Amino acid sequence: MNFQVPEKVSNEKLIELYEQMWLIRLFDEKVDEFFAKGKIHGTTHLAVGQEASAAGVCALLDDSDKITSTHRGHGHCIAKGADVNNMMAELFGRTTGYCKGKGGSMHIADLEKGNLGANGIVGGGFAIATGAALTSKMRNEGYVVACFFGDGASNEGSFHEAINLASVWQLPVVFVCENNQYGMSGSVNDMTNIKNIADRAVSYGIPGTVVDGNNIFDVMNAMEEAADHARNGNGPSIIECKTYRWKGHSKSDAKKYRTRDEEQEWRSKDPIKRMRDNLIEQGIFTEEDAERIKKEAVQKIEDSVEFALNSPEPDVSTLLEDVYAE
Amino acid sequence: MREITYLEAVREALSQEMRQNEDVYMLGEDIGVYGGAFGVSRGMIEEFGPERIRNTPISEAAISGAAIGSALTGMRPILELQFSDFITIAMDNLANQAAKIRYMYGGKGTIPIVVRTPSGSGTGAAAQHSQSLEAWVAHIPGLKVVQPSSASDAKGLLKAAMDDDNPVIFYEHKLLYKTSEDVPEEQYSIPLGKADIKREGTDATIVATGVMVHRALEAAGKLAEKGIEAEVVDPRTLVPFDVETVVESVKKTGRLLVVHEAVKFGGIGGEITSIVAESEAFDYLDHPIRRLGAAFVPVPYNPTLEKAAIPSVEEIIANVGEMVNYQSEEE
Repeated sequence: MNFQVPEKVSNEKLIELYEQMWLIRLFDEKVDEFFAKGKIHGTTHLAVGQEASAAGVCALLDDSDKITSTHRGHGHCIAKGADVNNMMAELFGRTTGYCKGKGGSMHIADLEKGNLGANGIVGGGFAIATGAALTSKMRNEGYVVACFFGDGASNEGSFHEAINLASVWQLPVVFVCENNQYGMSGSVNDMTNIKNIADRAVSYGIPGTVVDGNNIFDVMNAMEEAADHARNGNGPSIIECKTYRWKGHSKSDAKKYRTRDEEQEWRSKDPIKRMRDNLIEQGIFTEEDAERIKKEAVQKIEDSVEFALNSPEPDVSTLLEDVYAE
Repeated sequence: MREITYLEAVREALSQEMRQNEDVYMLGEDIGVYGGAFGVSRGMIEEFGPERIRNTPISEAAISGAAIGSALTGMRPILELQFSDFITIAMDNLANQAAKIRYMYGGKGTIPIVVRTPSGSGTGAAAQHSQSLEAWVAHIPGLKVVQPSSASDAKGLLKAAMDDDNPVIFYEHKLLYKTSEDVPEEQYSIPLGKADIKREGTDATIVATGVMVHRALEAAGKLAEKGIEAEVVDPRTLVPFDVETVVESVKKTGRLLVVHEAVKFGGIGGEITSIVAESEAFDYLDHPIRRLGAAFVPVPYNPTLEKAAIPSVEEIIANVGEMVNYQSEEE
């Protein structure tokens, strides 16, 4: 397997990223479990199997850099530095949640860490990311914005409008497509008549790159290039990460639109296992380290549930708070 | 003080604010050297440059969202939507993002944007360039909605809108751009949520918005010749709405006619009359409340039809007259 790592990413950072990928997977698996038990209500969208794109992209971002996320956004939040305790509390609708229990799974935002928010509207992040990049340019703040989106969102009009605007204004955005092969049930092959979403970059006169989204090293290398391109004032680009969501679209998905064989094939490309094998092969950590890191992640997720369950429910008196800024 | 037009008052409010606050910038279609579809930003790119008077592609979904993203990260954008009808293309960003972000995020983040947009009929631009859709946005918690009817109100309300940390939809009326009156030269602010009694009266209250304020005033002048004193109340902002001023006026007059240019069915007039009907003013009513609004049709092109679609001075006079005379006959 190709092993090339951006200069910025140290061995310690690689080990951190390995833990982060486990946190992402275990967080979503825990959420899945509590949904099944009826302990978490509403709906949620899980990114199990897509850990490498979130972790790999954010590995190249600093705290001052920003992201916009999607309805399938727990992984992006964790990768951009969110605390799993406050995230889990939000899913349980508690006051200690990132949104004081008012947003839920699809609206977690962590502005201090540069996470401008998940989004319940497919394609809702394109223009917001573009605007955040405009601030960076107008104020010379030097930060870049990574805009996560799915293959489905690339058929929304906002994709075209925002990328065109970001291109003509040469704004520092990296549009990151997590092509997990399906919208809710629609296969990307039925909904789009081109091989790669990234090929659309040609229409905007910007670079477009396709990477193996289950290989964190490939994601990081592409992101290094795109982020540098943006930071140097050369404008936006598109990175398409080919990946797969192991779980259904949301809680009530019988997955009739795809085969079990296909699912099995993608499970064999497990991004976490591939990173683990690589790090062991390169002597960056040992098998024992890998086991210990996973166990620590398991504990952190258990602790986050404990934290959430011990947090208070919002008082009904807070219903009308925060509609308007004073 | 000097007399300037409504259009000049809007431009002056924008320019004065941009001179003193670097975070304020404008974006919109053809607002650069062209000066905007109605000429509001004429001369501004020469003063402020293309970085702060940002001429955009024809791309309402992108520019509305970009305004939100830049506001969330510290800027204070003024978005010009060329015609208020085009709000439909920006609506996802306004309704689902701008209005909700602060609440969804548990009170974090502010979206200080002003969406300026010309509305209304009377220019022969037909169905897709003449609508009055303010009730749509007034229905969405998280947005504020402003509808100035005069040059001095436009300047002061725009200053308040620009100072506000929430998304404000600011409806300018095409037919009012050329109207003029005395407007103070210095910056001043008219608080959002404060109605203005444009003419005092004792016999009936006419609550009118936008260009209808002028028709109501004209009607009130003619009614006065017949000995009927109508009070004309301009809410000026639909959200927040000044309930108190309207309720107090109706308590005083005992009669209420609401007039707006928007389609009557589902229009903001229904809300205003309900507010009054649910208030203590109900007990003071001497006649059932009435509403005038546009017919339930798209705005037609032919000038006679276009005019017939929306409330006229004559209709206002007739309705107030009937409401007042009804009482007299009973007595």
